Amino acid sequence: MKYLTDIGGYAIMVVDLFKKPTKWRIMKDLILKEIDELIFGSLGIVVFISFFIGAVVSIQTAMNLTSDLIPKNLIGFATRQSIILEFAPTFCSVIMAGKVGSFITSSIGTMRVTEQIDALEVMGVNALNYLVFPKIIAMMLYPFIIAVAMYVGIFGGWFAGVFGGFITSADFVEGVTLDFIPFHITYSFIKTFVFAFLLATIPSYHGFYMKGGALEVGKASTTSFVWTSVVIIITNYILTQLLLT
Amino acid sequence: MIEVDNIHKSFDDAHILKGVTTTFDTGKTNLIIGQSGSGKTVFLKCLLGLFKPTEGTICYDGKRYSELTAAEQRDLRQEMGMVFQGSALFDGKTVEGNVMFPLEMFTKQSKSEMQDRVDMVLKRVNLVDANHKFPSEISGGMQKRVAIARAIVMNPKYLFCDEPNSGLDPRTAIVIDNLIKEITEEYEITTVINTHDMNSVMEIGEKILFLKDGLKEWEGTKHEIFKTDNKAVTDFVYSSELFKKVRQMYIEERN
Repeated sequence: MKYLTDIGGYAIMVVDLFKKPTKWRIMKDLILKEIDELIFGSLGIVVFISFFIGAVVSIQTAMNLTSDLIPKNLIGFATRQSIILEFAPTFCSVIMAGKVGSFITSSIGTMRVTEQIDALEVMGVNALNYLVFPKIIAMMLYPFIIAVAMYVGIFGGWFAGVFGGFITSADFVEGVTLDFIPFHITYSFIKTFVFAFLLATIPSYHGFYMKGGALEVGKASTTSFVWTSVVIIITNYILTQLLLT
Repeated sequence: MIEVDNIHKSFDDAHILKGVTTTFDTGKTNLIIGQSGSGKTVFLKCLLGLFKPTEGTICYDGKRYSELTAAEQRDLRQEMGMVFQGSALFDGKTVEGNVMFPLEMFTKQSKSEMQDRVDMVLKRVNLVDANHKFPSEISGGMQKRVAIARAIVMNPKYLFCDEPNSGLDPRTAIVIDNLIKEITEEYEITTVINTHDMNSVMEIGEKILFLKDGLKEWEGTKHEIFKTDNKAVTDFVYSSELFKKVRQMYIEERN
């Protein structure tokens, strides 16, 4: 029953946050601030993770190519496919659910606990629009992070493959360009846009409607991470079924 | 003037307000007192429009809140100022940014006009040289002043304060009380203060409403509270030794 209440509450929140928009003069600054915090603030961790994930995928693929009949360029091919289709959009989004999601829940939750949200509402401000809408707009730049993650992940694969002595640079590059299907990039970015919306709204819901004090802010952050990850994983399955089959 | 008529408020099975009727006059500091759990905060939130009463009406200078359109309710909200218990200042904004916030949101004033208004209001609450500090960098008393400045920057007709003295030392508490009283008289505001602080009651209570278990138990002025024989009020007001002695002195003086 509680889950149904939460789903209904989330849907109402999504509708309400578009009502009574904040002045553009103020909204513009809020969006830029959120872009700085949510997008540029996440680049470091995404680049770091992508590089090493790409490297590990490359090494593991190489280690499993035991037959001489299988061409070495498969390492580049497998790295590209893994990174573009799953690791960059989905794996990074789960990481972002922890990094960005916890930040959103705790910052909005703290505002709730310290009555800052009440202060906004007393003034007649649509607190949802003021707090959540800029985050959604900022997160629409999330595909930029994922594009970087794709490049860095493949570079990590190349680095580990070539400098680990598993493959030549020419073979890896040949594998990366082999049988390239442009729609896979489109599919990946469609997923990313959907994940971006989820990453901005689910943690906001958990922060905005939390009750209690500082301890509950911590609990809300954890719950928010769990639910954002779960919804991302389920949405990933549904979108893959719809777009790739 | 705010006229409250038979306000009820329930949350699921909990009946918090059980029919409160009262009037808060313009230009006066009206205090709501009562024990924890008596319904003071719920009553204040009903006055603010944050809670919709289950039954009853609230009129603001003749305008019945429940009969206003959503746009009219928003306009009315902009005539209200609120000082929260914990000040509720925006952490990410400076003192100046906090006070300027309502002006930025709801007026079309130029930057310099807003700046002039903010400077004037901050000066009025005796807060100088703190414009560029963040809430975490100033004392509790200063935070309360900023909250008052933010509440009055739009020239509100109604000012609501929830425990404005909580967490302040007695001297600062009196300064904040007097500041609220001065502002109320100066700007002809209808001020409603939710408090536990008996010093505030004695200092600025022009009208006092005592709530008990969601009902109006007693109302009167700070002078009348000395004379009342209402047991619930005397038990609450004179719970401390100091106030027991004050009352004793008052009775002896009267005899």
